[in-house]
Formats: sequence, C-alpha cells, structure tokens
Amino acid sequence: MASVILPAVPSESRPGRFGVYGGRYVPETLMAALVELEHEYEAAKNDAAFQAELAGLLKDYAGRPTPLYLAKRLTEQLGGAKIYLKREDLLHTGAHKINNALGQGLLARRMGKKRVIAETGAGQHGVATATVCALLGMECVVYMGDVDMARQELNVLRMRLLGAEVRGVSAGSKTLKDAISEAMRDWVTNVRTTYYLLGSALGAHPYPTMVRDFQRVIGIEMKEQILEKEGRLPTAVIACVGGGSNAIGAFYEFIPDSQVRLIGVEAGGRGTALGDHAARFSGGAPGVLQGTYSYVLQDENGQIALTHSVSAGLDYASVGPEHAALHDSGRAEYVSQDDAATLDAVVRLARTEGILPALESAHAVAEALKLAPTLPAHDILVVNLSGRGDKDMGILARELKIQGA
Amino acid sequence: MAIRFDHKPGLVVYLTAGDPGLHPSEDKSFAGGPDLSATREVALEAIDAGADVIELGVPFSDPLADGPVIQRASERAVAKGTRLKDVLALAAEIRAARPQAGLVIFSYLNPILRYWLPRFADEAAAAGVDGVLVTDLIVEEAGEYLIEMARVGLAPIFLAAPTSPDDRLEAIATNSKGFIYAISRVGVTGTQQSLTSDAAALVARIRRWTGLPVAVGFGISNSEHVAQVGRFADAAVIGSAIVELIERSTPETAPGTVARFIKGLHLSAAADGAGPAQESPLVAVHFA
Repeated sequence: MASVILPAVPSESRPGRFGVYGGRYVPETLMAALVELEHEYEAAKNDAAFQAELAGLLKDYAGRPTPLYLAKRLTEQLGGAKIYLKREDLLHTGAHKINNALGQGLLARRMGKKRVIAETGAGQHGVATATVCALLGMECVVYMGDVDMARQELNVLRMRLLGAEVRGVSAGSKTLKDAISEAMRDWVTNVRTTYYLLGSALGAHPYPTMVRDFQRVIGIEMKEQILEKEGRLPTAVIACVGGGSNAIGAFYEFIPDSQVRLIGVEAGGRGTALGDHAARFSGGAPGVLQGTYSYVLQDENGQIALTHSVSAGLDYASVGPEHAALHDSGRAEYVSQDDAATLDAVVRLARTEGILPALESAHAVAEALKLAPTLPAHDILVVNLSGRGDKDMGILARELKIQGA
Repeated sequence: MAIRFDHKPGLVVYLTAGDPGLHPSEDKSFAGGPDLSATREVALEAIDAGADVIELGVPFSDPLADGPVIQRASERAVAKGTRLKDVLALAAEIRAARPQAGLVIFSYLNPILRYWLPRFADEAAAAGVDGVLVTDLIVEEAGEYLIEMARVGLAPIFLAAPTSPDDRLEAIATNSKGFIYAISRVGVTGTQQSLTSDAAALVARIRRWTGLPVAVGFGISNSEHVAQVGRFADAAVIGSAIVELIERSTPETAPGTVARFIKGLHLSAAADGAGPAQESPLVAVHFA
C-alpha cells in the first residue's frame, strides 16, 4: 500500500498520532495557530473552572445526561438481543454536536477570539456552533456545500435565525469535504483573529483528540447507565461513522473492555462503485486529506473521490484517524449500511418506538436491526442515536412518498 | 541544472501542469486524456523570457491552500486526467530542452503518497528535477520525505509563513535546500493590490538562520510587486497572475502572452534601480 510518511521521531512519542494515523498535514501558515490551540486546550482541560462551566452548560443548557432507553417493542419484534438507544437526539439542537460545540466555544472565548468559523455537512454542527456563538456573543460564519444546503434547508434557516452567516460552497462535490476546505481557506486568511470550530474528530492535531474528549461524555454515561440497568457491559456498541465524532465518543470508554464489540457503521450509499458510497474502510486507502493521515476514498492517482449518501453527515471521503487505528488494530469493526436499509430503519424505529432518528443515526439503527435477530436474548446492543430526524423531513417525504398538505 | 538566481530579483514561475485554460483550441478540447503540451510551451517561453525557476504544480482535487484562480486551474487539469506521472514526464521534457533552468515539483502530499514516495523521488531525480515543495507537509512530519530527498539529491523546499515563530523558522531554514519559499502574507494563493509589511519582516527573520536564497510568493502579480520584493529578497514567485493569463488564453496564445508579461516584469525591475538584495537584507520595507 501507499507509503507512510514516517515522523522524524517514533510515533508513540508524538502528540496527535493514533498508531501511524493522524498528525498534522497543513499549510505552514496554520501551524502556529494549531500549536497555540493545543496548548490552550491542555490548559483548559486541567482548569477546574473551565471544566465546571462546561459541565454546567452540558447539564442545564444542553440537557445531559441523556437517557439510555430500552427499545422494548423493537427488541420483541426482532426476537434477539436487547436494544438500548443512547438518546443524544434529545439534546438541545437535536444531536451530539452540541457537546463539542460548547467545549470548543468556551475554549474560543478563553483564547479571546471574537470570530468563529465552522463547516457543516448535515447542518447539525452548524446549528450547534451558531447556537453556542449566540450564547457566548461571538460572530459566527458557517461553510456548507451547496448540495447540503439544498437537502438540509431547515438547518440553514435555523443557523440564519440564530444570527450566523451561512456561506454556500460550490466547489467540488459541494458537500462536507468542500465546506472543510473553504473553512480552512478562511482560517488561513484570518488565522490571527478567528477560531476554527471543527465539528468532527478529523483534521490536524489537536482536533481529533480534542473533539473526542468533548464527546467522551457519551460513552461515560452509556457505561454507567448500562451497568445500572443491566449490571453488565453490552455485547456491542453501535454508532454511525462520518468523520466519526459520535462514534469515538461512544466507543472510547469501552476500548479497554475487550469483550465489548465496537461497531462503526459507514454510509453504503447506492452501490459499491467509487463515488456511490462513503465506506472508507472497504473502498479507501491510507492517505492525507485536510490535515490528517487516515483512510481516504481516492482514485489510483491520489485524487480524492466523490462520495454519495442519503445522509449529508456521513458523506465524507475520509474518516477520523483514531478510527483508522481502531480498524487496523481490530479493536473496532467497521461495516456499512446502504441508503435503502437506512430509510427502512427510519420507518421501523418511528413506527415501533415513536422515535424519528436522523438519517445518519439510522445507519446505526439499520445495523442493529440486522444484528439483533442473530444474537441470543441475553445479549445487549447499545445504539448511539446521535441525532433526531426532523431536519430530514424533506428527504424523507420525497424518498418515502409521504403526502403533505 | 540547479536552482540559481543570477539576477536580482530572480523569478520563480508557478504553472498548474495540464491546465488547458478556459479556451482550449478545437483539437485540444476538454475531451480526451491529459495534455501537457500547452504547459510545456508556456514553461519554455517563460524560461526564455527570464524565469530562473519553474514550479510545476501537480493538480489536486482538493487544493485547500489555493485561492480561486489555482483552484479553477487544478479542477480543469484534474478533469483532463492529469497525473503525477504526466507531470514528471513534462519535467523531463523541459529539462532536456532547457538544461540551465531550475525545476521544482509543487504538490499536495496525497498524490505523492499514492505514487509511493521512494518511486516519486527516484523518478523526479531521473527527470532532472532540482527540488520539491509539498504544500501540506510541514517540517515536523517530513522525516521520511527528507531522507528520500537526500537519497536522490533533490532539494526539499519548505514554506515559511509570517505566522511562523522563530523556532519553526529555524527548523524550516535548516531542513530546506535550494531556496526558502517565504509566504508574503497570511491567506491562500491569489493576487492582491499591494504587499504587506509581513513579507520583508519574515525574510529578515529567515536570514538569521540561513544563507540560502529566499523567494517571496503569494500575491505577487506585477512589476511593482517584483521590484519591491527585490529590495529585501532574492526572488519573487508569481503563480496566480500567470495562471489567470493562461486561463484567458488559448494554448496557442498562452506562451507568447506569458512571455510578454514576464519581460514586462524584468524591464520594470531593472528600471527601478534596486540594488542587490544582500546589501540590506535586514531592513524591513513598509509598503503603502
């Protein structure tokens, strides 16, 4: 396979490496800002006042802890393993993205930055960032691909109502990858005044580590809650993987518990040909995109491939570097669910449990629907329901031919 | 075949390899495979008009350090199917035709990784390339790259930014060969009205660590900018301004257009009467 750029010193001793993955592959202009961010983040992490303020906001503003809910009817229908849902969809703004946006928003304020930029795919990170900027009184600019703006219009409207400026990106595939490139161009230009609030466990160090740390709360709560309810650890934790922030947040506490299977679900899209999906682990190869070394969907010349998914949030050509390391070590498994199975999962969960999942999260639900019947009744599956599906009503109405007024 | 700036300021010209421009002639349309003949003709004319070094840009699908002009050129070249392999073949042709010119491959990292770094190093050296600049490879991540460049005798050229603190500049200066590429301002590639004082201050800081020539790029687009750069640096890099000229030309007219543009730069620079850069390298010049 492709050459790995070996760091000058062994990778274990270098910050921001997950095995051979991760690192910092950015234009030199950004390096000082990344180093400053790394130091400020380390300081904030060890600052009791910072942690207390974040914990207070997560509890009283965002609505943590989120429930761990036993999907009883779904479990009975499937006739296998018990299915629990970690209800990140019940958080303020409707997805796990608020956990990270609050953490980084407080960090931006601590660093004295008045202007915040972000990228967004499905719009959930954009909405979370716009929300936090409104809360903290900061200027907010969100980059979003034109394709995603059209298919997640509700979130565009929410961001604008919250006072954020949403800038459409018409380059390339007009989706998340292109929004990140444009946000990085803004950052490189305004690096002295601007905080880049990256939304997933992606990009150059320290972002993958920092975003994972802000999402770790998902797995910490999950573990406490399942031990309280069942007195034992689950058979598997299942989460969808776009950039991979909800998944790494859900997985991280369980990594030492080797009996717990960690299952990441990528977007299988509409087929297995390059360009028809976003299954990086089955269709990609190690490479560098947007600051980090990880699995990347690319052609034989190293050009980044187009991707497709019914869900805007999983539609990305690379994946967080910690997932790449978990994949190679075998600690986590990565599978994919296609658009059709995902749409079925939305309907199934809505009509069985009265819960409308985001299309992204429905990929994880689809995997649970497939897996549960194959497992004995004493097994336990915990699905991270990372977001709610209201934002997807336009797509769902069209795909499922639901009549409106 | 070496990177040398014989006159002050020297000139480095960046070209996006395989970009046919917006108006390809009928027999060189967007259809068909890669065609680097237009880039070759422009490069040869640019050298004859006074360019000391040609940077051959490897087009990449996601050029996040580039502004709109080079983004568009990259998109056109990628759409034509231009590969790193084609750019190396083009380098060999330019080397054969103009043995004296400096030749640099300018790329994002992923196409080189995919090609396989040792293979790239071998083939670039065999093509007669002098140096390599990888936009998104910082010096701390460049361990194996530096070993490979040294093995085949290619000059690793790193970017230095106005935001780079002194410890980073020292690492950049001591690991670079050929020249140091000083970024004139924060931001992406692209033209601008006037240079900022960032550039002169940066060049002065770089010279504390190295005697290598320093070239200043990003936003250099006319004879006035080149003359200004000549007062404190060894060379100016022109990219987007020339790529934009190519965009507006046909493959037949582009070489002549670019040559006239370059001749215009040097005439102005000479008329300006700026002395050799080495005389006052530490004086920061403020530009209005």
